[in-house]
Amino acid sequence: MDLGQINPLLLLASLMVAATPILLAAIGEAVVEKSGVLNLGVEGMMITGAVVGFAIGVNTGSPAVGFVAAAAAGAALSMLFGVLVLYLMSNQVATGLGLTLFGLGLSSLIGKPYEGMKAPSMAKWDIPVLSDIPVLGPILFRHDPMVYVSLIIVAVTWYVLTRTRAGLILRGVGENHDAAHALGYKVIRVRLLAIAFGGACAGLGGAYVSLVRVPQWVEGMTAGAGWIALAIVVFASWRPWRVLLGAYLFGGITVLQLNLQAAGAAIPVEILAMSPYIVTILVLVVISLRGNHGAPGSLGRIFHATH
Amino acid sequence: MRAVRTLVASFAMVAGLSGAAIAQDKTKVGFIFVGPVGDGGWTYEHNQGRLAVEEEFGDKVETIYQESVPEGADAERAITQMALSGADLIFTTSFGYMDATVAVAEKFPDIKFEHATGYKTAPNVSVYSARFYEGRAVQGHIAGKMTKSNIIGYIASFPIPEVIRGINAAYIHAKKVNPDVQFKIIWAYTWFDPAKEADAAKALIEQGADVILQHTDSTAPQAAAQEAGNIITFGQASDMSEYAPMPRVSSIIDNWAPYYIARTKAVMDGTWESKSTWDGIGAGMVGIGEITDAVPADVKAEAEALRDSLADGSYHAFTGPLNKQDGSAWLAEGETADDGTLAGMSFYVEGIEGEIPSS
Repeated sequence: MDLGQINPLLLLASLMVAATPILLAAIGEAVVEKSGVLNLGVEGMMITGAVVGFAIGVNTGSPAVGFVAAAAAGAALSMLFGVLVLYLMSNQVATGLGLTLFGLGLSSLIGKPYEGMKAPSMAKWDIPVLSDIPVLGPILFRHDPMVYVSLIIVAVTWYVLTRTRAGLILRGVGENHDAAHALGYKVIRVRLLAIAFGGACAGLGGAYVSLVRVPQWVEGMTAGAGWIALAIVVFASWRPWRVLLGAYLFGGITVLQLNLQAAGAAIPVEILAMSPYIVTILVLVVISLRGNHGAPGSLGRIFHATH
Repeated sequence: MRAVRTLVASFAMVAGLSGAAIAQDKTKVGFIFVGPVGDGGWTYEHNQGRLAVEEEFGDKVETIYQESVPEGADAERAITQMALSGADLIFTTSFGYMDATVAVAEKFPDIKFEHATGYKTAPNVSVYSARFYEGRAVQGHIAGKMTKSNIIGYIASFPIPEVIRGINAAYIHAKKVNPDVQFKIIWAYTWFDPAKEADAAKALIEQGADVILQHTDSTAPQAAAQEAGNIITFGQASDMSEYAPMPRVSSIIDNWAPYYIARTKAVMDGTWESKSTWDGIGAGMVGIGEITDAVPADVKAEAEALRDSLADGSYHAFTGPLNKQDGSAWLAEGETADDGTLAGMSFYVEGIEGEIPSS
């Protein structure tokens, strides 16, 4: 075994890349669930974002435009879900699963002409001055812009949820939609906005896989990342910074275990392969041992204004 | 998590099968796929075989398929569904469907089953596979000649005999032309996960590998190699020619069409019987994709000569003297491996570092 072959700088840099898709999808879903809606369609919205982002990115030659289109596509797809569960009051679990199936099918339909094509390359941002800091510079400040965008989204989400009136209303709607309704808040409207935000984030996460991380379009390429994101939201007890921690832990250990294998570490491969799941769950559960970390009170429940 | 995915799979199942019309005069051929048909690799080629069956028999045949069926317990339900939907012949196209295929076959004695890459047969279960390791030998030769860092990265999927054979065959032939060569092996524990495959390729490249061999099904490692630059790769299961001439310098192509057509014909004629098929380059089940100009002409000529000698049977990819990893003797000078040992191969040959995870 020669662990000296693992370059920690490269490792930390790939960690952030590996974690970003899950982080984006999870932070969006956290907001959706905070508003009291359980959207199991994350995988479907991610894969749709992946294909739309890739297609638009290839056609315009600009990954940035691709990302915007991916967010729009994810949000549009989530609106389908929103209308079904909020206005037609369908079952959220079944509708969410349906959305995933729909997204997978739709994406392979859209993606057919794009198989085997190459993504436009995304310039990395060398943030002046900061990127020249020894050690920390290359790790933290030489990424593609989406890594920073995802971190900003987490920070803004945290701020809005915990420090603003809008966040308070959203949480109120999620905790007890009848009470929120009685107070005059527009439950449906708040939830629709939350679902759109969740869809946009999932779309961005998917596009990150197809435009940056892989980068190409392959049918079914998100391969379950949406489900991981859903699990991270729960284990992170719906808190933005813990979602960040969970996603980085998962992404980090995924990359680390691959590197350890390549370096020939004397740890059984089976244990390495399961480590991302185990460690992420353990850490987040241990953090959540103290205090009240229950799910939003109205999560998954159907809201009817006349009740 | 598992429950949710299972649920999704069952919805997919219902959605997929409800559309299948019932027509008894046609021969109905079903396919169970481990990945999506658009993976660009393994499942893509099986689907090409399915399309060839449709082309060959036209109106006389109807094909159905289900994609992305997880290996393991849920596969049994998926295969049962397909059997219930009236299929006459079912191809289950991944190693992990072995026990499920045998179990379902017991319940449907009138339906013929064909399991790819496994070794368990029954009166109505055949097994078929290709000698991919012959292609691996050619890849190993090119890899050993072309590596400058002497580090070859290998993205393995699951620790099953087929994958281990591939690693051994590649290693033996790389070592033969380059004694300093070292293999770094990553077990991805997936057949298809582009993001993880790309991560594995990047990890190998970061640790100095300049040749990447893959035994996973997507083209993601090719894309990762292309981005890194100056890395060579080989198409897996499918030609992956969109990445030629660099990084993809050659490929192993699985050609299932003739076999699928022959077996469908046998069911139609009532001559189908259980058998084990294991064909290689010679029979055309394994193809070597065009070796690009990125490979020096002399290396290319040697690789083609190796390919031809494997095809006509004058050379066997596992020819002694060969020792096992622990140093014990396996094959004596000039001795070749028998199919039984190859089919159940669970050891590395001498020189490969690391341990095979227990499967």
